[in-house]
Amino acid sequence: MKKPRVLVLRTAGTNCDLETASAFKMAGGDPELLHVRDLLKGKAKLFDFGIVAIPGGFSYGDDVGAGRIFANEIRGQLRELKGFIRSGRPVIGICNGFQVLVKAGILPQTPSGEQVASLTFNDSARFEARWVRLRINLQSGSLFVKGLPEMIELPVAHGEGKFVVKSPKVLEMLKKTRSILMQYVNEEGKFAGYPHNPNGSLFNIAAVTNPEGNCLGLMPHPERYVTRWHHPNWTRQTFCKEGVGLELFRNAVNHALN
Amino acid sequence: MSSLRVEEPSVNGAAETPWSAATGRELTELNARHGWSLDAAELAAVQAHFKALKREPTLAEVETLAQTWSEHCKHKTFTSPIRYREGKTVKLVKNLLQETVAFATQKLKKPWCLSVFEDNAGIVAFDKAWALAYKAETHNHPCAVEPYGGAETGVGGVVRDVLGAGLGAKPVLNTDVFCFAAPTYDGPLPAGTLHPKRTMTSVVAGVRDYGNRMGIPTAAGGIWFDDEYRFNPLVFVGTVGLIPRSAIAKSVKPGDLIVAAGGRTGRDGLHGATFSSAALDDSSSVSAVQIGHAIMEKKVLDAQLRARDKGLYRGVTDCGAGGFSSAVGEMAEKSGKKGGARVRLDGALLKTTEILPWETWVSESQERMVFAVPKDKLAAFAEVFSAEGVEHCVLGEFTDTGRLEVSWKDQKLVDLDLHFLHKGVPRRERPAVWDAPKTAPKKGGRGSEKARAGEALRFCLSHLNVCSREWIIRQYDHEVQGGTVVKPLQGLHHDGPGDACVIWPQAVVGESGGWRGFAVSHGMNPSYGKLDPYAMALACVDEALSNLACVGADVSQAALLDNFCWGDPEDPKALGALVRCANGCRDAALGFSAPFISGKDSLNNTYLDAKGAKHSIPGTLLISALAPVPDVRQAVTMDFKTANNPVYLVGWTSDETGGSLWEEFSGETGGAVPLVEPRSAKEALLAVSSAVRSGLVMSAHDLREGGLAVAAAEMAFSGEVGVRLDLERVPRTKDVTDPVTILFSESPSRFLFEVAPEKEKAFLKAMKGVPLARVGQTIANPVLRVVDLDSRTLMEERLHELKAAWQRPLASALGGWPGQNGNGSHK
Repeated sequence: MKKPRVLVLRTAGTNCDLETASAFKMAGGDPELLHVRDLLKGKAKLFDFGIVAIPGGFSYGDDVGAGRIFANEIRGQLRELKGFIRSGRPVIGICNGFQVLVKAGILPQTPSGEQVASLTFNDSARFEARWVRLRINLQSGSLFVKGLPEMIELPVAHGEGKFVVKSPKVLEMLKKTRSILMQYVNEEGKFAGYPHNPNGSLFNIAAVTNPEGNCLGLMPHPERYVTRWHHPNWTRQTFCKEGVGLELFRNAVNHALN
Repeated sequence: MSSLRVEEPSVNGAAETPWSAATGRELTELNARHGWSLDAAELAAVQAHFKALKREPTLAEVETLAQTWSEHCKHKTFTSPIRYREGKTVKLVKNLLQETVAFATQKLKKPWCLSVFEDNAGIVAFDKAWALAYKAETHNHPCAVEPYGGAETGVGGVVRDVLGAGLGAKPVLNTDVFCFAAPTYDGPLPAGTLHPKRTMTSVVAGVRDYGNRMGIPTAAGGIWFDDEYRFNPLVFVGTVGLIPRSAIAKSVKPGDLIVAAGGRTGRDGLHGATFSSAALDDSSSVSAVQIGHAIMEKKVLDAQLRARDKGLYRGVTDCGAGGFSSAVGEMAEKSGKKGGARVRLDGALLKTTEILPWETWVSESQERMVFAVPKDKLAAFAEVFSAEGVEHCVLGEFTDTGRLEVSWKDQKLVDLDLHFLHKGVPRRERPAVWDAPKTAPKKGGRGSEKARAGEALRFCLSHLNVCSREWIIRQYDHEVQGGTVVKPLQGLHHDGPGDACVIWPQAVVGESGGWRGFAVSHGMNPSYGKLDPYAMALACVDEALSNLACVGADVSQAALLDNFCWGDPEDPKALGALVRCANGCRDAALGFSAPFISGKDSLNNTYLDAKGAKHSIPGTLLISALAPVPDVRQAVTMDFKTANNPVYLVGWTSDETGGSLWEEFSGETGGAVPLVEPRSAKEALLAVSSAVRSGLVMSAHDLREGGLAVAAAEMAFSGEVGVRLDLERVPRTKDVTDPVTILFSESPSRFLFEVAPEKEKAFLKAMKGVPLARVGQTIANPVLRVVDLDSRTLMEERLHELKAAWQRPLASALGGWPGQNGNGSHK
């Protein structure tokens, strides 16, 4: 069977591109790193790919807010990305990629396509790297989390990951459409404040999907947990979990195959 | 464009006497005015050279010589003769570098050393297809005057070293080690000196922002606090890169174009090399510190590695100290038989038109690399770089004329004989002397102190040189690139003090790399150095290698980096200590059979106060070590894993408390400095390394500051598993007769292991011939229980209290994390 082609979209300051491509490769995909310039110049075509990933990093240095410039580029010049999503193909934005999707008005998805949420400075006012526990909303229609357990662990590493919305209505809409895909929780699966919620996100939101379930944005890094040896506790005997992050990529690849 | 100012025809303005006629004093004045940092002999050599040519030097020529001859670039002290007296023995050291660290490397002749002491980084084999390049740099002077910018450009600079090693390595790990005064320091500070807390938080922010933005994990490091660093903080930054073995060889051919790529050139960072080579005072200039731009460097990295893989250039080096003058001068040496370069500065891309040609030539603007590009590859080279949004410019071409020629428009700025430029620096003999410091010897035993053992343990754990570094480490993206399989913070709650990180660079090397990875660690202890720099050097190497062995690296393939930070080399005592330290490095490398592959020295870490008194840092040696981990799935962390497992102590405990935390706690002086015996230490080290890699231990930790007590406490609270230690069972020399010495002596080459009962036999077999004993076992009760020599309980400390004592200092000094207790310790 032909492996689905995965576009790993790069620009100046992208820095999680190699490991994201590597995760897709492990998951059975055929990833290709491509600079956004090449897409804009028509050297490559978006619709030649089955999956699009926007990896983490500091696109354009996050100079006017994390992901802002890249988001404007997508909103203004790469409009076909919305069509790509409408076609039902998987799109994933990780960390800076999530910031880009949010600031481009793609997530949360609204009829007008305006930006209704943002990811802003952590409550701790610092960049922080730590592992967090997440509760997955298994009622959502996200294709990425099929077969995953309700509770998972992933690492976060960001300075601007606090999810906020423009108005309370947005949160209601997100709840109603089952678009809140992952929330930060403690060992017992409960909401528990900092540092379990590492950035002060509204409603402990860590990941958002579109209602159709094929577009995912998340602050945690699934590409950093694709084998059990990525987990901080794998050297402990009681530990025997496999790399749960890989499942997200595998689900995307399997979806693209069908 | 018309606003470009014109170069002065020569250095002697109308008011100055010509060089040829200047007296020594006039030259010295001129030197001070221009900030060249040349000494009298060097000035005289320049004068004599141009007298023989029957012409005056141009300003650009003297600038070029000053940059190239600076201590920063030339390591004059390490390569000039030294008359060294130690006790009654006098020895002439012709070239300290060649006779110590480099000597050991040559003697050891390791086949896996692929490029040592010649390129911008040391390069060792990783596997059949790939190699590792490692370099550690210091950026002390800039961080003293502008800590954030200094730290940023320090990281940027060492990353470029690795990009400039071979044809360029992909950075996969950054390391950071700092020496500061305590952030709680409340003594006097002279004008112009920043408070150590401000220095520290700004340096951490600089390392964080540059490393995180470039997407390089910062996952190994350390800090040493001593108030003697209050005028001269030390900032060591390192980078490990992966390079295909086929891309290690580089060359320059006459006719190749000199191409600069990356950032533009501006007036920032003038005189960094010469500035770094001088003492600081309250007038030290902030304008000598450059401005960093991490995303520009990331773009350069992306473009360069693409161009490398397409074979679009023959040679490359970074633009660091001395800017174009050093980079082009260095590459010119390798062009053809005689070397040479012809540079036309008109081609340079500038940030400003308000810049003089000579300033363009020596400016240290950041994020620039210089390439030797064959003419027929230029178009393709340009395409790759512009696709990544990186500018480039052609500065001229390499020649085989033996000359470095630089012009601007139709004006000749530099016409220097390359041989004079690189070999003309006069070698001046310096006197050096080392006498052991006199300290009052310790009187009596420590038996009566044992009631204070618990208090001493808490003192050690909350000591700034032992306490948790989580405040810093959490701010670094230590997992970017997805290869950090053993993280800097370890244990049940991911907050214990790991010995070393293990990197599995799978995303870079792909599936062919299998499970092979590498580990990086450090060794440092300036307290020992104050008593004996030779013992310090051995202890640093011992510590770095022990750390590697603990996580499962193959130490039989360990490579070392040396970084010396010292005071004034013109002070015979400081220089004597430096010689003794370098001798220790040589003996350690030979003893452990671990070669040095690269190094750097930063001298003149002194401060001249308003009253004219000179303050110097303690002589400081940082050893960084790198070794392959054949299978990362066999790595081990330092946290105890489960209850009811035997605990083994490897190595002899002697009465070695000189420079120890126990001395600081008790006020004792005169203890013996911990001294490594390399032969037996190497045997134990190799056995440990192999036992860990064979999966025979569950947890491993080496014993350092605070000795057995601290190591056991750290393992226990990181794993939330208690431990009982029977001091009677500890292997010890005859001079050790009391529990306090057993607990707090800092004898080197010792390890603590947790071994699964079913693996005990195999473990003992693997460790045959190595001094060790089963000294206790892990227990379910979360306490550290120590049983005295008389079988009575000496202390029983609750782990969460010990952990709190260990976690508190930096968080409370620097403003802790809100809700610090949430994830880390319980309760």
